[in-house]
Amino acid sequence: MPDSGAARTGLKNDRRLQMLEATIKQHQYSKDALLEILHTAQELYGYLDRDLLLHVSRQLRLPPSQVYGVATFYNLFKLKKPGTHVVTVCMGTACYVKGAEDIVSAVEREFNVIRGGTTGDGRLSLFVTRCIGACAMAPNAIVDGETVGKATVENVLKRVKAVLEAEMVEAR
Amino acid sequence: MSKPIELTIDGRKVVAEEGETILKAAKKNGIYVPTLCYLEGVSSFGGCRLCMVEIKGSPRLFASCITPVAEGMEVLTDSERLRRYRKWAVELLLAERPHVCSVCVANGSCELQQLATELGVDHLRVDREWTDYEVDLTHERFAYDPNRCILCTRCIRVCDEVEGVHTLDLMLRGKNSKVVFDLDENWGFSQSCTSCGKCSAACPVGALYVKGKPLSEVKKKDLVSFIMERRSGK
Amino acid sequence: MKPDELRGLAQKEQEARKSYRFRINVCCSSGCMPFGALRVLTAFRDAVREFKVEEECYVARTGCIGTCSLAPAVLVEPGDYLYQNVTPERAREIVKEHIVNGRPVKSMLYGNEAFFKKQLRVVLRNTGKIDPLRIEDYIAVGGYYALLKALTRMTPQGVIEEVALSGLKGRGGAGFLTGLKWRYVARAPGSPKYVIANLDEGDPGVFANRTLAEADPHAILEGMAIAAYAVGSQKGYIYVRSEYPLAVQTLKKAIEAAKSMGFLGENIFETSFSFDVELRLGAGAFVAGEETAILASIEGRRAMPRPRPPYPAQSGLWGKPTLVNNVETLANVPVILLKGSEWFSSIGSKNCTGTKCFSLTGKVNNPGLIEVPMGITLREVVFEIGGGVPPGRRFKAVQVGGPSGGFLPEQLLDLPIDYESLTKAGAIMGSGGIVVLDDTSCMVDTAKFFTEFCVDESCGKCTPCRAGLHKLFKILDGFTRGEGSVEDLSKVEDLCEFIKEASLCGLGQTAPNPTLTTLRYFRDEYVAHVMDKRCPAGKCFRSGGGGGVE
Repeated sequence: MPDSGAARTGLKNDRRLQMLEATIKQHQYSKDALLEILHTAQELYGYLDRDLLLHVSRQLRLPPSQVYGVATFYNLFKLKKPGTHVVTVCMGTACYVKGAEDIVSAVEREFNVIRGGTTGDGRLSLFVTRCIGACAMAPNAIVDGETVGKATVENVLKRVKAVLEAEMVEAR
Repeated sequence: MSKPIELTIDGRKVVAEEGETILKAAKKNGIYVPTLCYLEGVSSFGGCRLCMVEIKGSPRLFASCITPVAEGMEVLTDSERLRRYRKWAVELLLAERPHVCSVCVANGSCELQQLATELGVDHLRVDREWTDYEVDLTHERFAYDPNRCILCTRCIRVCDEVEGVHTLDLMLRGKNSKVVFDLDENWGFSQSCTSCGKCSAACPVGALYVKGKPLSEVKKKDLVSFIMERRSGK
Repeated sequence: MKPDELRGLAQKEQEARKSYRFRINVCCSSGCMPFGALRVLTAFRDAVREFKVEEECYVARTGCIGTCSLAPAVLVEPGDYLYQNVTPERAREIVKEHIVNGRPVKSMLYGNEAFFKKQLRVVLRNTGKIDPLRIEDYIAVGGYYALLKALTRMTPQGVIEEVALSGLKGRGGAGFLTGLKWRYVARAPGSPKYVIANLDEGDPGVFANRTLAEADPHAILEGMAIAAYAVGSQKGYIYVRSEYPLAVQTLKKAIEAAKSMGFLGENIFETSFSFDVELRLGAGAFVAGEETAILASIEGRRAMPRPRPPYPAQSGLWGKPTLVNNVETLANVPVILLKGSEWFSSIGSKNCTGTKCFSLTGKVNNPGLIEVPMGITLREVVFEIGGGVPPGRRFKAVQVGGPSGGFLPEQLLDLPIDYESLTKAGAIMGSGGIVVLDDTSCMVDTAKFFTEFCVDESCGKCTPCRAGLHKLFKILDGFTRGEGSVEDLSKVEDLCEFIKEASLCGLGQTAPNPTLTTLRYFRDEYVAHVMDKRCPAGKCFRSGGGGGVE
């Protein structure tokens, strides 16, 4: 049955956990705040792994299956670790009409990654999203948080290569 | 006492209690409405759409398991249109996952199968899906075959509302929805499951079942309403 | 805040505004931000200092001006000179020529006057002209006056009457009379009551609500407070898509500012009315915008709709009476109270009053956010405001109403935009998406695209939407690869009818619209696919199947 603390969920007692605890407390352990807590958890940890979900379920006294059901219902929550770099292509109507599909397929081919997945070396994830709301600049792609408006296959591939290479340079 | 409500169902004048559903009012008066996700004793879901009825004055269709009666309401539980739509619903459920009756524990006592017969489903107008979910045989007494699941959520509601543990829930959404134990655990490793078996007793098809027993021996559709009646002391 | 304080503050702000001869509005919305809007803003501020015109020229950071394809866009007042694709260098030149020398820089001006001429801005009255982060800017243009009027000079019933008389209908899609909805909530037994502002704008290709929140957040808050007063609620939630980070930030700050000024909180304007607003973030689920699903989501559950009745007005959040209104609906409310229901109902057509915001996108020369009076024709929107399709292309269809809106052909372009006409033609008002397609788009492929969207977004609760839409998608997908026969077309229609009528919520009930309307108006394209194995637009049957348009 639920217990307080992270002892049994295998989460390290670090700053992230403290911040998560603070948020849970701020919401007074309310079951209704599950989405808010999951948002915070994902911001802190990058994705929601089993231990994290179990921890949230214990703290909010919610059945694990319910937490899991919510976490998997909403697209935004990631249950797997994303790549170091992330390219997201908008597949909203305006972007689709203006050729977003070509951009997605080009990224898939060029970097050997499938939509929704991450490259074998964990360096690049490719996601498609439903409309980021910048339709007048369609098609749009987001590379590591920066929007590329009026995107083309060429400028998206270029930008992705640039962020991947920048990392290589840093590593040296 | 709640006040009595008068309405007509299929042209028959009936009296129901305030707050009662159309389905309950119909049943009490011996009027048959096909159902599938509905289970007496737990909350209504309104998902399968089998129990849809027409209400005079509205172009919409209403799930009778969840729509409350109203004074003067004129309900139609059977029409050409309703029959056509019910048939579609059953066909789509049959096509959604690989339902092969001959190798199913529920064969002969399956509610989906019975409805298909009753509605005259003799072929499918859409291609069948051959989902390939792994069958979970890890529990010592029970088994779970997601390929036979019709997502009616009876098991989830029974586990939550009757047994009170909420081991089961849905993961993902849309056509990818799947009933899972805890954090998508194998049944045998579920921390919260009490192995009470109510979920398999409530399953209308052969998705959750007792190993080595044909469903006809396990199936206790009235179990839940019996428990709930006992609890309320009626 | 006391009533007199509001008047005093407004006057002070108006005078301050008048003391400047020029005002440069730099759009810093999420449409312009990725294109260096903040650098442009800084450049303007630097240039104003450089040319020593700080005393006469005010540089404001504003929300969306509406011409999103011109990003970054800048509007200079007086005269509403609209500059497009402004860079830091050009900013300096604009200050030098326009402000200092009094000569607008013609070469950089947006030449298309028609874009604004046919528009009428009621909801978007302040967007692009005030700084959304300065509550004083909103007060200067009459902000929170309507709330003051409601609280001090009107009864809750009086407010409801006024809104009902205006004829305002829900702008979220279904077009239910707002006044009537308010009345239901006000009369419903039970307390507390809740107000939800729906900003879960999940339709691909639609960004009106986002723009409103980014550009004029206080209009939403004021509308909510008035609604709360009318129905007897003390607690409101704004449910906003988490995909809109700038809107979330702007709203957060606006709520703080409104609280510190006393427009939200306890005893507003020293009356007995108290109202608090909280933000709730969505997490990527289109269906959460449905009015019963939004309740589940705010309660921290899977956003699955439930059958109505009971309606949220009777049993909403935590089983209590709840008013769910779209933010565009709410932003109309302050204007209605200030200018009167008679004024409002004089706009638009007889059965459909007021204006509607549309996100105009696709193969159109001037995409952007527009607001037009109801009753305007689609032709005016597409060809006059939108400037038609790009040169050398032919108009083919216009989709109205988002992913589940229908496609209308050229011969229906003279249709007036109102709830009834659109529904009759097979489209919907929806949340206000208008997507223009030209002859390079294949209608079968496009129908497939939208069906796939709905398949992905279906919550999975009811059979028609979950299983039916998926089958529909598979059949359409087959068509784009040359499978199927003419007989299949009537089967598709049959299946669509079932999904439309038997689905539990609005998502499923409208999801077949793209297929049904393309079958109705562009049947020849389907026939070409299944009979001749040919795609008239040259899009299908390519290696690897469908995919983007050149």
